[in-house]
Amino acid sequence: MARRAGAPEVSAGSMADIAFLLLIFFLVTTTIETDAGLDRMLPPMEPPTEAPPIIKQKNIFTVNINRNGQLLVEDEILSIDKLREKAMAFLDNGGAPSGSPDYCSYCKGKRNAESSDNPTKAIISLKNDRETKYSTYITVQNELVGAYNDLRNREAKRLFGKDYVAMEAEYLNPETDDSVKEELKEKVTRIQGLFPQKLSEAETSSE
Amino acid sequence: MSKFAKKKDGEVPAVSTASLPDIVFMLLFFFMTVTVMKDSSLKVENVLPNASEVKKLEKKDRVIYIYVGKPTREYEKTFGTEPKIQLNDKFASPSEVGDYILMERAKKPQEIQNVLTTALKVDKNASMGLISDIKQELRKVNALKVNYTTYEGDAFNNLQ
Repeated sequence: MARRAGAPEVSAGSMADIAFLLLIFFLVTTTIETDAGLDRMLPPMEPPTEAPPIIKQKNIFTVNINRNGQLLVEDEILSIDKLREKAMAFLDNGGAPSGSPDYCSYCKGKRNAESSDNPTKAIISLKNDRETKYSTYITVQNELVGAYNDLRNREAKRLFGKDYVAMEAEYLNPETDDSVKEELKEKVTRIQGLFPQKLSEAETSSE
Repeated sequence: MSKFAKKKDGEVPAVSTASLPDIVFMLLFFFMTVTVMKDSSLKVENVLPNASEVKKLEKKDRVIYIYVGKPTREYEKTFGTEPKIQLNDKFASPSEVGDYILMERAKKPQEIQNVLTTALKVDKNASMGLISDIKQELRKVNALKVNYTTYEGDAFNNLQ
């Protein structure tokens, strides 16, 4: 069989160039970063017939933001950088006398009878004006979530020797092992039970 | 002249570049798989506020995005300068948010339909009135898990 002078080989030399071109295109369009933000749960729409539960006034911590971004906390004007401190003092107060069913054994607050009974009873009520700037609102939200996180961290350190925020992040990370997750879930829910996040947002109204 | 052509002993052979395409292809496939194409172009200004107590939004397939902000300059003429809601690629009014959420929810696989998060990407200069309207709409369609997307940073930078 006499071979013909075979078809000339296709040069693969430019393959690398083409691949590089594609590579650079994908390099440029790639965004790997993940978004982060403040997680919140909205209250479900309640059936209109249901009567709202009765809550003692001393267990409510009211935060009002006006249209200029000023804060009215418990009927006093407060600057925003004091908010975290004040919210923590309220949550951690544990005002119920020892012996009563609401007594808080882990609270380190002032135990003022005029303030909240127990962290599980304490509610933060946030109200804002329609003209409030979003950035102010986020700052306030951030401080309130921060107050909860600080208290949870304290308890987590005491009970498990670890930060709550770190534990939760590990628990929510999809790469964490299932067995580790089980263990973390228990701890995380326990801490959440000690300081449940009860942050109620009134419907923005112009009343 | 032949002495120029003569090869000396012990000369280093040229490095073969034959495997270069393979290496480049490997990289290429890596980036092709991790790339997420931006699915909607922003028509609103979107400078997010800062917050320090943030949580990461894992699992992008479980997130529905809502953008709020002032229309960018090219849309200013038609839509004005008041903050607007952007859903997918178009401007919308608050009353359309509910339908949008239901539509997006129906597109997702059954098993994750009730663990969806709504990410609110809101410009820091927007006012709360619009956000409250959106929140009311979200409550109506029972999309209760929201995430106020922010940059990581000191929250007090927002106040300046």
